[in-house]
Amino acid sequence: MKIKNLKYGEGALYAAASATGTVTVEALRGKAGTIRIASEYPNLAESFAINTRLRHFSVFPLWGGAEVYPPESADLALVGTAEEFPYHGLAPISRVLSVSAFLIANRDSWKDKELSQMVAPIEPALLPEKAERKPEGKRRQRTKTPYPAPEADKDVVRLALPDGHQQAHTRRLLDKAGIRLDDYPSEKGNRRPRADLEGVTVKVIRPQDMPLQVANDNFDLAITGRDWLTEHLCQFPSSPVKELADLKLGWVKVVAVVSQDRDIADIRDLSESERALPIRVASEYINIADSYARDNRLNRYRLIPTWGASEAFLPEDADLLIENTQTGRTLAQHNLKIIDTLFESTACLIGSTKRVASPAKKERMESIIKTLRRAAEEIS
Amino acid sequence: MRIQRSKGTRDLSPQDMASFRLIESAFSNCCLKWGYQEVRTPTLEYLHLFTATGTLTPSMLAKVYSFLDWDGWSGERVVLRPDGTIPISRLYIDSMAERKLAKLFYVANVFMFEATGKKTRERWQCGAELIGAKPPLADIELVMLALEVLRELKIEGIELRLSHAGLIKALLARLELSAEEQIGMFDRILDGDLKALEKLKLKRPELEKTIDSLLELKGKPSGFSQELKELFAEDLPECKPYIDNCTRIAEFLEAMGCNYQIDIASGRGFEYYTGVIFQIFKGEEKIGGGGRYDALIPLMGGKDVPASGFALYLERLMALIKPEELAKPQSPRILIRAEAARAREGFDIAKRLHKAGYRAECYLGAQKDADFDWTVDIKSQSPKFILTNQAKKQRVAAESADELLALLEG
Repeated sequence: MKIKNLKYGEGALYAAASATGTVTVEALRGKAGTIRIASEYPNLAESFAINTRLRHFSVFPLWGGAEVYPPESADLALVGTAEEFPYHGLAPISRVLSVSAFLIANRDSWKDKELSQMVAPIEPALLPEKAERKPEGKRRQRTKTPYPAPEADKDVVRLALPDGHQQAHTRRLLDKAGIRLDDYPSEKGNRRPRADLEGVTVKVIRPQDMPLQVANDNFDLAITGRDWLTEHLCQFPSSPVKELADLKLGWVKVVAVVSQDRDIADIRDLSESERALPIRVASEYINIADSYARDNRLNRYRLIPTWGASEAFLPEDADLLIENTQTGRTLAQHNLKIIDTLFESTACLIGSTKRVASPAKKERMESIIKTLRRAAEEIS
Repeated sequence: MRIQRSKGTRDLSPQDMASFRLIESAFSNCCLKWGYQEVRTPTLEYLHLFTATGTLTPSMLAKVYSFLDWDGWSGERVVLRPDGTIPISRLYIDSMAERKLAKLFYVANVFMFEATGKKTRERWQCGAELIGAKPPLADIELVMLALEVLRELKIEGIELRLSHAGLIKALLARLELSAEEQIGMFDRILDGDLKALEKLKLKRPELEKTIDSLLELKGKPSGFSQELKELFAEDLPECKPYIDNCTRIAEFLEAMGCNYQIDIASGRGFEYYTGVIFQIFKGEEKIGGGGRYDALIPLMGGKDVPASGFALYLERLMALIKPEELAKPQSPRILIRAEAARAREGFDIAKRLHKAGYRAECYLGAQKDADFDWTVDIKSQSPKFILTNQAKKQRVAAESADELLALLEG
């Protein structure tokens, strides 16, 4: 339950489209094909689509970077921002939700436990004055480009590169391959760096989101981790995404972890443990965790999706953790032990099993695959 | 660890299923007599069938069971069928579009989340859809069919409540609302929110009399039609065709001796209705409903074809019927007890008895004689068969299967 509006971190969630077109709610409602909505808030995106009475829509759940998707990779993005529009080339078409930081509590705890002392320090008096609500960004005069969004050039290769901590070794690989790239990693958060490769466009997105995007033909090639490819294939076994090259960088292993205090040596001990309660399995890789629990016949289990810092869930809030690790040191520091290794993961180049229609594009793709594969060999 | 039933679901016991089958068979027999054909659509459908304006209201959509299938990487969600009519329309467009008239019926489960878990989230419906026929005859046929089923089931004291989606929409069109507001208001009225209509009065005071009269009609018995006609001819002349339509149906129902009332707010989440809407009540409990949905099939990409239909709620009917009054007399039930050495013969006798129309089963160590009309003991020595009538305490002997059957017949 919501306890208190903390009155900071205020912003809003908007449904936004590329500022180069004239997308309106009306136009979307009348659109014949599927409307693609990219968002880190897939449930809010679905609810927005239903309440707006969009006829045929698909929601792409994302881990981040929704603003870079329209217009090529999605028709709409549900983006949260306190900034003014145009925001990363997007124009708002509907305000979906106002947001600010909230103090939340478990309903039962709030009722049964004396929490007022804990909450007292967060009284409004101690808070900075409520920030002035920013005036809503003026709607920019939009040029009259008719909907739908521009079609991609069929010969152009669309390459996705990872953001976050995978950027350093991706950059090293590109350097080795002799591919020059402006502003990557970008200090300003630029997600569209320019490459010196002819007929190639580059976008920087979350590695977690890449397999789904490649499956939906929004990108032709992407550099991600085998862990995220496996996660995608666990959820969608017949997906057309495949690994094209092992880039051999960023090695981690994906492991099953329990608390050192539990008398558990391997996964069988856990599946046979006579517990009255379901086994709680926490992971960022929710589909890998699900498949692992199923394959190991954990009798009755519950999945707890996490967004990082999963180590902290054990032992109170989870029994088993599926996590990646390099050395296992962090896990050991948290009093955790590895009971199983599921697989090893390195960076890899992924693409679709679908046939590439354009010969020019096919040739470009093959050249990139070959160059990156060679660079990876040389580095390793 | 206790094994639990999933929240909001129910099991149907043998007694429940007996009631279920009685209703299903009464429904199916009536439909077949009226020339309807049975169909069955899949439990899973694409979500987008149900999301467009003119299908289900957003409040209903917020309760559907939707998920990504194992090949749902495109984000295309599937749902556990939340409604019977929309899948039938999809089926018609898919494979029957060349038919001028499609009279279809189904018995199917529909799924809708219910937060308390006290009511069931999986419900069964007996539905009939009449595609390709215009009002009012088609609507009247459907009402007659529904009432015939209820008569077959010996459920008495049925009351019909009539409304008209066209009337509500015409009223809203007068209010100069945006298309979006109109849909929102229509949904609210369909969801039974009469306050929405009250608010309209404030916006358009000149319509106050009409709206008041419309609201007052609730619960008003037969004979309303003239009153309604006069009222609307004055204030809302564009409603004339709807009123005529309503009146014709009402006149028919009156002539047929049906008990009906007008209740304008009676759509309950089904945005697809365009014409007459009828609900079937037994006391205060709604046991079924239906109406005309002429715009649905064209909206879903089919040709412009009129359609209407209804559904009866099977679980509600189960609580109302008396199975013992409805069950057809059954053939005698026979228990066969064979000595170990003659077990095979026991099964042969069962086969012959089944062929002759009896209910017969072999003894498995737990059946009680009292539950059977006859018992047959198969022995190694003469007499080979001993036939005992449980009620009459009669015992007769036979030497062959033929003789045994003759004795039973005799």
